Amino acid sequence: MPKLSYLKALNRALGDEMERDPSVFVLGEDVHEAVTFVTAGLLARFGPHRIVETPLSEQGVANVATGAALAGRRPVVEFAIPFLLQLVLEQVANQAHKFSAMSGGQARVPVTYLVPSAGWRPGWGGQHSDQPHGLFVHSGVKTVMPTTPTDAYGLLISAIRDDDPVVFIAPRQALELREDVDYADLVPVPLGSARIHRPGTDVTVVAIGHHVHDALAVAESLAGEVSVEVFDPRTLYPFDWAALGESLARTGRLVVIEDASRSCGVAAEVLATVAEEMPLAVPPKRITRPDGAVVGCNPDLDAALQPTRDQLLAAIRQVTKP
Amino acid sequence: MGVLRERLYRTVRLIRRFEEQAIELVRAGVVVGGIHPCIGQEAVAAGVCATLSEDDVVLSNHRNHGHALAKGCRPDRVMAELAGRVTGTAGGRAGSLHVSDYAAGLYGATITVGHGAAIATGVAWAAAREGSGRVVVSFVGDGAMNQGALLESLNLAALWQVPHVFVCENNGYATTQAVGTFMAGSVTGRAAAFGIPAETVDGMDPEAVHEAAARAVDRARSGGGPTLLELVTYRFDAHHTFEHRVRLRYRAEEEVARWRERDPVALQGSRIPPDVRDRIDREVEDVLAEAVRFAQDSPRPDPADALDHLYATGMRPRAGVVG
Repeated sequence: MPKLSYLKALNRALGDEMERDPSVFVLGEDVHEAVTFVTAGLLARFGPHRIVETPLSEQGVANVATGAALAGRRPVVEFAIPFLLQLVLEQVANQAHKFSAMSGGQARVPVTYLVPSAGWRPGWGGQHSDQPHGLFVHSGVKTVMPTTPTDAYGLLISAIRDDDPVVFIAPRQALELREDVDYADLVPVPLGSARIHRPGTDVTVVAIGHHVHDALAVAESLAGEVSVEVFDPRTLYPFDWAALGESLARTGRLVVIEDASRSCGVAAEVLATVAEEMPLAVPPKRITRPDGAVVGCNPDLDAALQPTRDQLLAAIRQVTKP
Repeated sequence: MGVLRERLYRTVRLIRRFEEQAIELVRAGVVVGGIHPCIGQEAVAAGVCATLSEDDVVLSNHRNHGHALAKGCRPDRVMAELAGRVTGTAGGRAGSLHVSDYAAGLYGATITVGHGAAIATGVAWAAAREGSGRVVVSFVGDGAMNQGALLESLNLAALWQVPHVFVCENNGYATTQAVGTFMAGSVTGRAAAFGIPAETVDGMDPEAVHEAAARAVDRARSGGGPTLLELVTYRFDAHHTFEHRVRLRYRAEEEVARWRERDPVALQGSRIPPDVRDRIDREVEDVLAEAVRFAQDSPRPDPADALDHLYATGMRPRAGVVG
């Protein structure tokens, strides 16, 4: 069975969708050279009118994508580095997201903002290492963060086909992952559907992005001692609250791990919603970066600001201790 | 020429009287939130939009009623939109600030100054790929010429040679800031920096505007790429109707009076026979009386529908209050 890497899954999804739908095109910096790899080979297949090289003008380009979408296209804008999403928060949250409501349903803006490398990478500097997904969740922009190659493929297909703007974030730490895949099994994954990677009965760990893999490792290390359910929302907005409710009905205990600032993050929203709506046997725990932390200048210091497997293990023990 | 003369007069007169009526509706509390009147600037909307077909696209800004009417939106539906009624062009959800009517080629108005021009570049990019000959016009004010997103879009439009006519309505003021106090260089200088042809035109004269716009639109339609038009104009009224309450004093009364002598409605009216002018005036009054009645009599939206259209897919978000 072929091994599919996360990046190759994104590349394959783009190629398949561009083949299927001529209105799909890619805009971005360095997409001709495929610096991030996600557009590798696509320029030769589809030409420069569908793999559109842009200047370093992220705000202008994000608005251009909105305009092209209003005119019936399905643009995919690639941002190689996550902070660029913060730079275009206005264009995404205040322009693209609002056109449908402001026009009373006349407009639709099917743009996908693809960030194939978000998160911390050792030594990459304070301005390359943010996790901006919470800003978009707060703004009501559909936001997905797949953690496996198969899900990356299936969710990118769905993001492109969705009639609303969708922020698609590939966590940096998951990009190296490879999966044994039968290509026939690569299918669209609906937005807003969670995935339980490992069933369990004692505690639900909601793991955002690459922490799914940390949670799986910790769950394995606790096998025989604590039965851990690993819950991957896959889409952060809309969130699959029904699936989380079912999971917590089984376990009654909750730990959330998210690589982002603590206040007003997705982890905070999960805790708040569960507190309002779902039964818990004991108070939940969350593991996040510190508030407003600047991560990514010094590898030794930065590692201290990242959520870790040890912290997750300790939190699981705290909520499950008799 | 006679037909065009009369058409331009009808449009500037319609915009003028529409806005006067709209200000009355603001005072009466029917239009909530106030409006940004374009009284004095009617020649720009009329002259530019007279060069466009229904398929061509306009992106507008906060001062957009004139653009909407000149592009062919129905006055009664625009008035209903201002009043927040379900019969408005956007079902009462756009209000005065975001008037849009996709069937008439008006793709809305963005209030983050200058961003409409950048979005228009994207519409124009798609139009160029279609080979449909469609032209896209964006209207911005002088204040927008300092906005980064707009400067980025000038580069992109020139780089890709898209059919986009940038129209800068230079009315001399960004809210209360006089152009000379906030703009280094010039409006046309910004276009020159990107190799975009640009000209400065008398924006008080509907026919002068029409002539320049026709050249720019022809260039765009024939694959000649973007143009920037700086239309020198003036708003006789306030930046926003709130000025009627707060009595700002950023303009000398003599300055306003001097510009009022160059009234575009009077100028265009002087070019057509008095009997034709009187007939058009009466027709416009009838249209607007009906528009005001239509707006006031139309139903308001049901508050239960406040989240409709938030997502094009029909997705409904969670409520703000959990029961």
